[in-house]
Amino acid sequence: METILNVKELTMDFGGLRALDHLDMDVNQGEIVALIGPNGAGKTTFFNCITGIYAPTKGDILLMSPDGKCQRINGLKPNHVTEKGMARTFQNIHLFPNMTVLENVMIGRHCRTVSGIAGAIFRTGKTLEEEKQVAERSYTLLEKVGLESFVNALAKNLPYGAQRRLEIARAMATEPFLLLLDEPAAGMNPLETNELDELIVDIRDKEHISILLIEHDMKLVMSLSDRIFVMDYGKKIAQGTPDEIRNNPAVIKAYLGEDIDA
Amino acid sequence: MIKFSEIKNSFLISLWFMFLTFPIMVIRVNTIENTIEWRWNNMIFMGVGSFFLSFLWRYLIERKEAGKKKDEIGETTEIPLTQRILEDRRFYVPGLIVLSVLIVVFPFVFSSYQVNVMTTALIYVMLGLGLNIVVGLAGLLDLGYVAFYAVGAYSYALLNYHYGLGFWAVLPIGAVLGALAGILLGFPVLRLRGDYLAIVTLGFGEIIRLILENYNEFSFGPSGIANIPRPGFFGVEMSLNTAIIYVYFVLIALTLFTIFVVNRLQDSRIGRAWIALREDEIACQAMGIDKTKTKLTAFALGATWAGMGGVLFAAKTTFINPASFTFMESAMILSMVVLGGMGSVAGVIIGALILILLPEYLRGVGEYRMLFFGAALVLMMVFRPQGLISRVRRTYKFEGCKDARMQELRVKGE
Repeated sequence: METILNVKELTMDFGGLRALDHLDMDVNQGEIVALIGPNGAGKTTFFNCITGIYAPTKGDILLMSPDGKCQRINGLKPNHVTEKGMARTFQNIHLFPNMTVLENVMIGRHCRTVSGIAGAIFRTGKTLEEEKQVAERSYTLLEKVGLESFVNALAKNLPYGAQRRLEIARAMATEPFLLLLDEPAAGMNPLETNELDELIVDIRDKEHISILLIEHDMKLVMSLSDRIFVMDYGKKIAQGTPDEIRNNPAVIKAYLGEDIDA
Repeated sequence: MIKFSEIKNSFLISLWFMFLTFPIMVIRVNTIENTIEWRWNNMIFMGVGSFFLSFLWRYLIERKEAGKKKDEIGETTEIPLTQRILEDRRFYVPGLIVLSVLIVVFPFVFSSYQVNVMTTALIYVMLGLGLNIVVGLAGLLDLGYVAFYAVGAYSYALLNYHYGLGFWAVLPIGAVLGALAGILLGFPVLRLRGDYLAIVTLGFGEIIRLILENYNEFSFGPSGIANIPRPGFFGVEMSLNTAIIYVYFVLIALTLFTIFVVNRLQDSRIGRAWIALREDEIACQAMGIDKTKTKLTAFALGATWAGMGGVLFAAKTTFINPASFTFMESAMILSMVVLGGMGSVAGVIIGALILILLPEYLRGVGEYRMLFFGAALVLMMVFRPQGLISRVRRTYKFEGCKDARMQELRVKGE
């Protein structure tokens, strides 16, 4: 299997606080990898670092695109990271509330399209063709996540679970080969979580997009992931398959605390 | 039924208003005869008026609250009336015909004073539509918009004074200079948003005005530049009256051009990026939109119309000085956008017409004109904070979508 994301010794300091401490991690082609850890362990900071929202203090983030190019993406702007093929969703939903559901997804197509001001004013054939493709592709994506009946609704009027799925559709519109999901199941009921489980597997198997996710729902994590990384206080404390993680004493300690008698 | 408590409330309100207006409405000092007039009947008018108006006020507030509640439950599936009129062919085709006939006939029926007023209003429509790109679509609060207007006006005045360039030659130059000024302002404020952006743009507007006022060798200072030629028409000599009508039609054409361009921009790839930037900056960037480029295009395109508006203003009034480009103008243009409905083209046009024409035609009521004007603005913001015409996003239709929905309905029906 080919590694597509390789993070080496990633360190992030906020003033005197070390939020990430020499973190190593990798994601292979076609894998679903989960990142877990107690609250405040630095999981979202990790996401923000590799997607360019924060510039990491030290370390390397290497991204291998499918055409075999290997790039160091430290300190790139978020929009350039997305252009390179790594898209993300947010822990607290960041949709465009006053745009329609379809337009939200169409925004995702922005970095894969080119038409400019002149094209918009004169409505050249090329622009019209591009607009049509953008709308159609976005609609296909909405079908995939099961939101096709909400096409023209405003994003803010969607139910919570649907908003989460819309975020995934929007991220997929940027044509990523690696999708980062930050707590996709947060606030979902068990039924919605099951649907999400299927959707994530579908994205991996049918769209051939590898997935790295942060999640607190252990049932979902254990059933989905090929490999799991566990973080605590900015450090990696364990990595391995779901079974290995379940029985790892360091993980149990991080989550449940130390046994006083021992 | 009207409750006793409501009557009591209204009574108290009317008492309070009578007390408040007592010094200005009742007492009048006659300085010639050194006597005091007591106009008690004014007090009665105030009391009765505020008593009934408070009922109206309460009724309107209640209606608004009810509407809001409905909105929260998500019951407002009905499309607003204005939107239905704008979209229904049966209404808007005859409407457009009547409107265009009115526009063509207007200058020949009314006096040149009326035509002049309308021309001014049209300049503001252009400015409003330009600012709408920056504030309404991209969500960048710009309080120094008048600076670009000044850039346009002075570029025509100075290029004409020094090089004798005509109106039609300077119009595109003014637009380009406006856009460049927009980018110039855009660079330092790229990292700012909200209040901070507003303060910096406010400062920028003042800087431009102060330069024009004090840099005498360049801009002739507060005395301004006079004798700016009106737009030419292939060198034909025109009487003053014809020239006014001609400027009116030039403005109609340019306003239509503005509407056309802005309308096309807002549903394009760029327009969507602007709206996304307004809605959520972090998500916008994470979705691959270049924030820098998007902000700069918004500033540049918004300022383009101000530049053109400035050239037109200089050509229409034939005289400019820095006093025409104060912060009040920026505030006025911003009010047009907010009053009309941010991001809505039709709304901004109506907002601009109201804000320019209302004070003009209220001259009839003399010194109360600004009072009425202020009251109208306050009422507007209380009862329709989203503006006169709220923006409605474009809807898309898909063959498959329709079917899917129909199937769903059928399943439910069975």
